[in-house]
Amino acid sequence: MAEALLTLEALRFDAGGHTLIDSVSARIAALRRTVILGPNGAGKSVLMRLMHGLLEPVSGRVHWSGGKAPVQAMVFQRPVMLRRSVLDNLTYALALAGVAAGERRTRAMDVLQRVGLAHLASRPARVLSGGEQQRVALARAWALRPAVLFLDEPTASLDPGASAEVERLIGVIAADGCSIVMSTHNLGQARRLADDILFIDSGRIAEHTPAADFFAAPRSAQAEQFIRGELSWT
Amino acid sequence: MSTVGESFVTAAGLVVAADPRLLDIVCLSLTVSLSAVFIASCLGLPIGAAIAVGRFPGRRTLTVVLNGLMGLPPVVVGLLVYLLLSRAGPLGALGLLFTPSAMVIAQVVLITPIIAALSRQIVADAWRDYEEQLRSLGASTPRAACTLLIDTRFSLSTAVLAGLGRAVAEVGAVMIVGGNIEGVTRVMTTSIALETSKGDLPLALALGFILIAIVLILNALAHAVREWAVRRHG
Repeated sequence: MAEALLTLEALRFDAGGHTLIDSVSARIAALRRTVILGPNGAGKSVLMRLMHGLLEPVSGRVHWSGGKAPVQAMVFQRPVMLRRSVLDNLTYALALAGVAAGERRTRAMDVLQRVGLAHLASRPARVLSGGEQQRVALARAWALRPAVLFLDEPTASLDPGASAEVERLIGVIAADGCSIVMSTHNLGQARRLADDILFIDSGRIAEHTPAADFFAAPRSAQAEQFIRGELSWT
Repeated sequence: MSTVGESFVTAAGLVVAADPRLLDIVCLSLTVSLSAVFIASCLGLPIGAAIAVGRFPGRRTLTVVLNGLMGLPPVVVGLLVYLLLSRAGPLGALGLLFTPSAMVIAQVVLITPIIAALSRQIVADAWRDYEEQLRSLGASTPRAACTLLIDTRFSLSTAVLAGLGRAVAEVGAVMIVGGNIEGVTRVMTTSIALETSKGDLPLALALGFILIAIVLILNALAHAVREWAVRRHG
């Protein structure tokens, strides 16, 4: 099995008197695309926020291989664009990451070029379409040169064309040597993107297997039901 | 009704003739209130943002107090500043009482809570949308507060205008600390109060119309700039 990127040890997270994540232990492989799959409300977003450090677990821990957390970035379902130009959205993130002032612009332009948005660099980010904004969000994340990129349902509010473009970019970023951890409830997308599937249901891991195995023969009853249910209307 | 008609004619006459005494009064009103708004914004915007974004004990209480202070009675503020600046007061040595500076100080005390409370609300609403993204990018709390102030600048202009409206229209505080000295500390509102007490209602009303017109023009200008900026930057 591939080298581990991070290990989750008996993670638990409560909110409002409910346990949203319960005794989750898993080993996320480095340089692979792990898709967290599961029905709405299963705890996909919470689990990713625990890994990224936006939420603190009630108990258990997130252990990064190598001891300390690597450079990481997250792209959310709804992109949060700052009220400034596309280029400035990227240089802002680079400034926060401690990149030297002289280098920010070149690095940001370089990434915009690679995602095919260089022509929008000087446009105010807020007036772009949803799909363009999400691509800017991906570019902003990629510009940080993360070792791992978290994506929380990145195409859930996009039309099919924009979704395809975002999926393509995720593939490009992964091929650039970045581990991907992404949540979705879209089976087709999971099929297209995943190397590994982490299937969760009601805050617990039901199954964690290579994608090929998962889609050929899910081992858990919940996953089987989920695939059947999804396929019946997808 | 004839008083109203008469005072319209008087107001028009004063404006057309560009009466030098009227110009002095209008200029002083604007100088005092715009200075006060400038200083109160420098204080109030960061205070509002800090309370919106910061996490410290007593934050809720502070919010309630701040909102309450929006209703500070100008006369009371005038009295407090009067006591502060009077010869026997702690700042008496500065000799500021009955000068425009004293009026600026009183108005700053009066409108800083308004600007701070309104900006707190605006920044807190934006923070809900931005928090995860900014924390994901590694923004410190002060940095996040600055970013939000910049990003909500169009909405914050309304908070600043509310402060200006309050400053330019209040009479109690400037009357007490300024003393309504002709040619020195006489502003529009104190003139109106004086003319009313002298029984020259048409002149008082005429000055009132001019004051309202100035406030409307300032707001219309600010609104136009804001609309233009929002269309451009989203």
